[in-house]
Amino acid sequence: MISLVTAHPGGAGHAVRVAGAVCGRGMRRISARPTLIMPVLLMPLIFVIGFTGAFGSLTRVEGYGTDNVYNWMAVYAALQGAVFAGVGGAASTAEDIENGFFDRLLLTPGSRLPILVGTMGYSALRSTIPTTGVLLISALGGLSLPGGLLALVATYVATAGMAAVFCLIGLAVVYHFRTMRSMLLIQVVGFSSMFLSTGQVPIHFMDGWLHAVARVNPITNVLRFARQGFLGDVAWSTTWPGLLALGGMALVAGALALRSLRSLES
Amino acid sequence: MSGGAVAAVPGLRLAGAQTLELARRSVLTEWRQFGSLLPGIVFPLLLAAVYTHQFQRVILMPGFPAVDSFLDFVLPASLVQAVSFGATEAGTELARDIENGFFDRLRSSPCARLPLLLGRLAGSLVVAAAKGALIVAVFLAFGAEVAGGPAAIAVVLGSAVLLVLAIGGLGQVLAIRTGNQEAVNATFPLIFTSVFVSSAFFPTALMNGWFRVVAEANPVTWIVDPVRRLVIEGWSGTDALQALGVPLAISVVTVSVAVTTLNRWLGAR
Repeated sequence: MISLVTAHPGGAGHAVRVAGAVCGRGMRRISARPTLIMPVLLMPLIFVIGFTGAFGSLTRVEGYGTDNVYNWMAVYAALQGAVFAGVGGAASTAEDIENGFFDRLLLTPGSRLPILVGTMGYSALRSTIPTTGVLLISALGGLSLPGGLLALVATYVATAGMAAVFCLIGLAVVYHFRTMRSMLLIQVVGFSSMFLSTGQVPIHFMDGWLHAVARVNPITNVLRFARQGFLGDVAWSTTWPGLLALGGMALVAGALALRSLRSLES
Repeated sequence: MSGGAVAAVPGLRLAGAQTLELARRSVLTEWRQFGSLLPGIVFPLLLAAVYTHQFQRVILMPGFPAVDSFLDFVLPASLVQAVSFGATEAGTELARDIENGFFDRLRSSPCARLPLLLGRLAGSLVVAAAKGALIVAVFLAFGAEVAGGPAAIAVVLGSAVLLVLAIGGLGQVLAIRTGNQEAVNATFPLIFTSVFVSSAFFPTALMNGWFRVVAEANPVTWIVDPVRRLVIEGWSGTDALQALGVPLAISVVTVSVAVTTLNRWLGAR
């Protein structure tokens, strides 16, 4: 790692290698401590089993959008898993801050952006584990793929994007508070924002304030994008709002994370 | 009165005082970490608020209990969820005391064995009762109606508190066997799942297949169903008895196992 940083600080190639090294370190941490991935995998599996089992009869209500509850809930559970994966990525930075490793990282020359991008990449990669787990369990339950392979591509893009976004939000908080305990705040934000969307029912099922909140919640667009291939064909008209929502959230969260990182350095 | 009985009375009084002191310590510990209590209050309330506004059409489905609002239906679920969040705290605290050596210092003091367990459980019960009362108050403020009246509210709270005793006893068994906080905390997903795989959020009559079988066999369903009937149908002695009896019976088992495990563990040291 040190040799990478001191090789050509400031160059684009150097930045990519630093980001790759940070990302690789995170993935090696998972293989060294597999228990780290258990909550990230376990909770979405509990969700998909719990939600499909408990709310299976929702498909009997007119206008639900599908007669297969797995086709509705699987993507929601996968995105919840992605949120946990993103928060977990930020938590690994919190651990580094607490044990002093992050201070050593900041002593190295060059831009700080690759550190942030590497952590984000680690979170996005990490999100493939719960997504795959949820899709496999749902396939056993009867998940169908009317959208074909594109449905899977959309789901993996959406989950990786959500993990990256929540990693950035988590980093903005972690760089500011510098403790692992601050992760609780992000978990609450992540969990709540997922619930305040069309996770479990279509938007026209909702009424009152929830309808208004879900309509403006960007996660609703991400869910539409990720879910479309399980409800029908994948269409550009449903894809671009989802990608725009992910891009917008990433930009805002990224700017906040960078600002917190700069304040951490000063 | 025999000499032994005379000696037992001050002994019992002392054990009671020790239990109270450990319960006070337990409540103070929770109070000092108030932030850690918040998710257990906020999350169930948020879930109830969301479900009330997204499942309004669902209450018209054939097979769904007759309710004016999903808010009435979900009250028992929110209560169970809220108290479950900190239910293993009695076990976690015990494991922490074992880890940091405080338990050994207590053991070397003239403190009876039973208060070591009961004190922490009593502390958890006080916190659970406060959380439960807050949840019910918020529900009532937002228009929920408890058809069974104040007596039903008392039973509903009593049932939730006894559930904490049952889970807390289990947490203490794990704490004594492992002496590890993480091991006790690892039971959380199990408790979380058991609430979801029950009639807490949806009636079992509207579930299918293996999920329905498991939900119907889940003790959480045996507690939630009578509590829900007290809330939406009205007072019933049978329901009150079931709502209190089931968690009480489980508590007797788990706390007895905890006491036996403690005695064996101390005997072996």
